[in-house]
Amino acid sequence: MKPPSETDAVDAAVENPVAGIDQSAGNFSYDVNYEFDAGTGLTENTVRYISSVKKEADWLLEFRLKALKTFLEKPMPTHWATKDLENINFDKIRYYLSSGQKPKRTWDEVPDDIKKTFERLGIPEQERKFLAGVEAQFDSEAAYSNIKEAVAKQGVIFVNSTEGLREHPELFRKWFGKVIPTGDNKFSALNSAVFSGGSFIYVPPGVKVSHPLQAYFRINAENFGQFERTLIIADEGAEVVYMEGCTAPKFSTSTLHSAVVELVALKGAKIQYITVQNWAPNVYNLVTKRGLAMEDAEIKWIDCNIGSRLTMKYPGVVLKGERARGEVISIALANDGQHQDTGAKMIHAANNTTSNVISKSISVGQGRATYRGQVHIPKNLKGCKNNTECDALLINTNSRTDTYPAITVRGDKNATQHEASVSKVSEDMIFYMQQRGLTEAQAMSLAVNGFINDLARQFPMEYSVELKRLIDLEMEGSVG
Amino acid sequence: MPSSVSAPTSATVGSFTREAFAAHLTRVAHLPAWWLDRKRAAYERFAALPMPKRTDEGWRFSNFAALTLDGFTLPEPIQLADAHHTTMGITGAGTLALANHRVVVNESVAAEFAQKGVIFESLQNALLKHGELVREHLLTQPSKLGSEKFAALHEAFLEDGAFVYVPKNTEVAVPFGVFHYAAHSGTALFPHTLVVADENAKVTVADFFRSANAGERQFVCGGNDLFAGHGAQITYVAMQDWSRETLSLQFNATVARRDARVLSLNLHAGARQARHESFSQLQAPGAHSEMLALTIAHDTQEFDQRTLQIHQAPNTSSNLLYKNALLDKAKTIFSGLIVVDPDAQKTDAYQSNRNLMLSDDAEAHSLPGLEIQANDVRCTHGATSARIPAEQEFYLQSRGIAKAQADELLVFGFFEEVLGKIENQELHDRLSEIIRAKFKE
Repeated sequence: MKPPSETDAVDAAVENPVAGIDQSAGNFSYDVNYEFDAGTGLTENTVRYISSVKKEADWLLEFRLKALKTFLEKPMPTHWATKDLENINFDKIRYYLSSGQKPKRTWDEVPDDIKKTFERLGIPEQERKFLAGVEAQFDSEAAYSNIKEAVAKQGVIFVNSTEGLREHPELFRKWFGKVIPTGDNKFSALNSAVFSGGSFIYVPPGVKVSHPLQAYFRINAENFGQFERTLIIADEGAEVVYMEGCTAPKFSTSTLHSAVVELVALKGAKIQYITVQNWAPNVYNLVTKRGLAMEDAEIKWIDCNIGSRLTMKYPGVVLKGERARGEVISIALANDGQHQDTGAKMIHAANNTTSNVISKSISVGQGRATYRGQVHIPKNLKGCKNNTECDALLINTNSRTDTYPAITVRGDKNATQHEASVSKVSEDMIFYMQQRGLTEAQAMSLAVNGFINDLARQFPMEYSVELKRLIDLEMEGSVG
Repeated sequence: MPSSVSAPTSATVGSFTREAFAAHLTRVAHLPAWWLDRKRAAYERFAALPMPKRTDEGWRFSNFAALTLDGFTLPEPIQLADAHHTTMGITGAGTLALANHRVVVNESVAAEFAQKGVIFESLQNALLKHGELVREHLLTQPSKLGSEKFAALHEAFLEDGAFVYVPKNTEVAVPFGVFHYAAHSGTALFPHTLVVADENAKVTVADFFRSANAGERQFVCGGNDLFAGHGAQITYVAMQDWSRETLSLQFNATVARRDARVLSLNLHAGARQARHESFSQLQAPGAHSEMLALTIAHDTQEFDQRTLQIHQAPNTSSNLLYKNALLDKAKTIFSGLIVVDPDAQKTDAYQSNRNLMLSDDAEAHSLPGLEIQANDVRCTHGATSARIPAEQEFYLQSRGIAKAQADELLVFGFFEEVLGKIENQELHDRLSEIIRAKFKE
């Protein structure tokens, strides 16, 4: 593996005229001596290897092996999805890599090479500044995990999924695989077979976690598949905000990220799950995310997809209890060679449930952004409402956007509405800004930021600032 | 052996066996050889293609994919007394009625139009008399919305229909009326209407689809082609009111050239299960396609509507408005797609599906889609499914209007946005009559 390309990255940052952000922020890697390596390819032995390294209970090994069978049996979903999926070579992927680390509780204990990675990405500062807890995952396993003492004292559990399974089986097993069954789709089956890492959060009844909990995912190794598994349970009346950030260095061979995230909001609970994803342009990001909202509960996905080669991600909420509320706020930016196939699923399963989907996408260069949605209101329900709005912005003549919603309504006591629009940035607007001294790229960036501004304001401030800068970067060289 | 080249099984051809096709060919043996060759090729395609499955994206949510092709016979010669035909008071430029593919009324084109070169004939006559003109336009557009197998079946067994041709710079101010009647239980029909409007021509054509008797079970696999040359204007209205036991498949292909305007309105009232595919191509700058549909669905009827608006040239526009009113246990599916090709800058396209839910057991599926590959465009779509607000019903009821009548009034109010686009009063009245009759069933 190539030694750290730090110098290149720093040079690039110096040359970068967009103030305050390193264009190659995640584009570096370190040689790491992995103690555990499942090798390439996926067989029953790979699954047994992962399970034995993690010293798992028999039931979990059985669960994994069954999932592997499902994965092998299920066809690729190419009858509706992009053919690019066929380019994933499952035999060349490495399914488990770790240095045998247990997550460290203090920053000083984290091995130097891994620490350097996260320091470059600014994790320790973020943690000190405004987080209630943080977990940093490096390839397959968490390298660092910490929760503020005050939050822990309230009974909040925030550990990686391996620890969660081992130490809180009674809480974990009850909901594990219940929101997203193994056979939900080919990639949820894959994740169920080889998952490692990810977070487990439990918030006891009535506890409102005042600051966000954060996880940071980092792919360091080439040809690697990261399969984290996250389960968040907010007990009755509890509230929690969880944020995840992702980076991967750029390798010439593609890399796979296939997570499964399950959220459970019990009666009156609120969960907000925020993702800002900026994977390298060779990552296949195929993620299944779904929440279960009980009576009066609220689940809100805020999803921002910028990087990756192909993202297929449709966060959903199953509105299981009366008056439950689901929301998906999503921003996608697809640049050259990228396809953001994102969307939302709202499954209404109780009376008076409401859901809202707002999706904005920007296609730059030859980028392709797709919205794929599903709204389902079955028979005999009443008072259910859904609102969906999708807006797409096309920057260059070769940009592409698609919208494929599917809305099913049964009965006359419910209402849905869907609106979508596709447009470009007005030339008058760009001309006006250029007249006032902005370059075309700056003007375009301002226009794009204006397009997503109402959504970006819903992000925590640090994230909305990061988002704005990422957009500035993507707009650079994209016009003219 | 891969399934695509395996011998067709009886399940995939049903009643439409080689023997049945040979029998059909003997009935049309007097038609031009090129047409018979095309029919033979179409039969081979039909036999080779698999039946669509519900898991196919083009058949999502549809029960139609489970339909059987068994138990149908080719139309028997009809006694004129059996036809029960009526021309429904259409006093237009010409009237043609076909029952079981046989022409039973032929009030040919008025002399003033005939002198200008306007052609209005049965398709068989047109094939014999105007072969080249028909050959250039009949079934030349591909089937793209999932029914490739049925489109091939339609071409293979198509026996007769109507042909309208309006030459350059000619306007036919009053509508042509075409009536397709199906008689006898178990009959399979393949009606077709071909409309060609040459440069700057203007024409209105109305197609009526009816069964001679209620309660008869029929299989209908029909189509229409609308060609609008440069600057031409076509208004096409199709009123589908088959018997409640009928299975109906209907395919439309519209081509609009430079500055052409095509308005098509499909009223869906009859059939047990009906699938309608409409494919509109905007081929040159200034072309406009207005795609309208009204569905009044009751009992356990299923209406499956698939549309495609393809913008192939810059500065084209299209507008789609599909309104469905659902009563009882009825089900509708709307799946529409706007495609903007990379060169079709300055496209202005809209697509809207509105479902009015009038019953707790009704079921509406909306799949409005966009695929946009040019950036300087204005493309929007919308879909809504909701009931009539209780206050509006209460308002009418509090003024002594019974619920059923109130529903009817509100449905007409809901439909008026589409009905109002039909300028011809007779057609407007016929559409309203069919809708009103549904409330009396």
